[in-house]
Amino acid sequence: MDLSFLVVQLISGLSLATLLFLVASGLTLIFGVGNVFNFAHGSFYMLGAYFAYQTIAAFSANFWLATLAAGIGAGIAGMIAESLFLRRIYGRTEEGGFQILLTYSFILVIDDLVKIIWGTEYKTILRPEGLRGSIELFGITLPSYNLAIIGIGFVLVVVAWFILGRTRPGRIARATALDREMMNAMGVNVPLTMTLVFGIATMLGGFAGALAAPLRSVTPGAGIEVIIDSLIVVVIGGMGNFWGAWFGALILGEVIAFAVVLVPEWASVVSYVVMVLTLIFKPEGLFAPRSVRKV
Amino acid sequence: MEIRNNYKEIVFWAILFVIFGSLPIIGSSSYHLMLASHILLWGLFAVAFNMLWGVTGMLSFGQALYFGLGGYGVGLMVRHVGSDWFVPGIGLGLIAAAILSFAIGLLIIRVSGVFFTVLTLAFGQLVWQITFRWYEFTGGDDGIQGIIPPGILSNKLFYYYATLLIVIASIWLLRRISLSPLGVLLRCVRQNPNRVSFIGQSVRYSQLRIYIVSSVFSALAGGLMAGVDNSIHTDMLYWTTSGEVILMSVLGGIGQFFGPFIGTAVFIVIQEFVGAKTEYWPLIIGLIMMTMVLLLPRGLVGEFEALKTRLQSRMVADRG
Repeated sequence: MDLSFLVVQLISGLSLATLLFLVASGLTLIFGVGNVFNFAHGSFYMLGAYFAYQTIAAFSANFWLATLAAGIGAGIAGMIAESLFLRRIYGRTEEGGFQILLTYSFILVIDDLVKIIWGTEYKTILRPEGLRGSIELFGITLPSYNLAIIGIGFVLVVVAWFILGRTRPGRIARATALDREMMNAMGVNVPLTMTLVFGIATMLGGFAGALAAPLRSVTPGAGIEVIIDSLIVVVIGGMGNFWGAWFGALILGEVIAFAVVLVPEWASVVSYVVMVLTLIFKPEGLFAPRSVRKV
Repeated sequence: MEIRNNYKEIVFWAILFVIFGSLPIIGSSSYHLMLASHILLWGLFAVAFNMLWGVTGMLSFGQALYFGLGGYGVGLMVRHVGSDWFVPGIGLGLIAAAILSFAIGLLIIRVSGVFFTVLTLAFGQLVWQITFRWYEFTGGDDGIQGIIPPGILSNKLFYYYATLLIVIASIWLLRRISLSPLGVLLRCVRQNPNRVSFIGQSVRYSQLRIYIVSSVFSALAGGLMAGVDNSIHTDMLYWTTSGEVILMSVLGGIGQFFGPFIGTAVFIVIQEFVGAKTEYWPLIIGLIMMTMVLLLPRGLVGEFEALKTRLQSRMVADRG
């Protein structure tokens, strides 16, 4: 195993980690702020990929424009799902279970709608102009699109951190996570906040779907694979923890990247092994906050 | 959930005995026999699942794991050892389910609520992945065909009655458990785990016990199913199987002991009439699930009960 192999796999793992983090952070965000477990989060990721494909096919649009459209489209779809359906079961006894079932039904419905609209065959999206080749760095050839994903992911993380931590809407979102009733009493439109947060979270999923599309092919049923991967991320990092999700994504991304090369047959099993090990030794996640605290 | 409701219970057992018992006598095809067996076995699976969710409040999205384990216990024995090993295969499936549910249970009852659900899903998918990949041993995506029960069990009619008796005995046992002190304790776990600790009972231990019980009965249903279909497939282990058993329970009503069984019957009949005609069956499942969750969360049996109670109280009010 020489150095260039190591670096190439590290970079490939890092770009996978960035995509995983984009999806998992949306999952964590909705859970942290709204206490909603969105089982269908992966389906919004898949929708994002299809929206990007459609934008490119219909308007022969630029890849970046298509990615933007994918994010916005997935965000709108998420807000519709939240305000029409999910909102109706808030506060019901045993809400958690019903949330899972309702979002599970979203998975089934979105999967089949995608099949009806786009068919079952694989769709491909080309890498954007200028990023199809590779870059030579210290004698090691690296695919430039993967590097771009890492860069974009980094920017998005910083932006998300800034919005959540340093701006007024971010503060409202975090305060809503802590005490919905109090925020309501202070004149914050809590239902609207929830819908917006849901929209932002699914938008992150949509971005990830569009960005991942050139690396994997776009198929119906991608939602469930993605949701399980991001769940593993969240289990490793600790639910409701932004940086935990980042670290979990990093671990899982690298593990998968190396497993694909070293044990190709069993790569998909290896990610579960990481999860099981985490569960045995630290069931609350590696980066769970000490006290019970959300976001 | 109602603790005792005698007349309803009598009605249920009567339906089970009379309808399912007389089905072969009133003359019906082997197709009807298979349909009835499916209702019985999925019904047992759903009732066992509901011991977790409806009774104890633990929503598992991974019971397909044990259902499939039961099926593969039989299938692997028949494939690798010989078709005489059908019945020991069922036993093997049950033992494997007990051991595996104990091991996984120890890991996942450490978390509660949504996390529990997510972990059951993850473990279910893990076992599905392994079965899917390990082609030489499990047959992978091809599944295992030609599972013919040996001896007198190969008689369809005999197998059907054996299934009926085992399902009735199992549901009766689960009913006994749900009425036993353990069952009462499990309801307390669902409603108020803190108080369970206050009265000196262990929440985790109760959860682990019912998780194992539910899993073993799921494996029993899966093992018997292998003999009905004469084949098994990795789909038995797939997460959609877990989703289906949840839908069956929600359809009938998770707050009722017999609700999941009724829900199963309704689901399988719909599946036979609609599912065969459309390639978008998952879409229909999704829409049914959405309707139940949003509009009829108590399930068909539960909503019927609620309606009856409302009518009765209105009649009393009118008279008063």
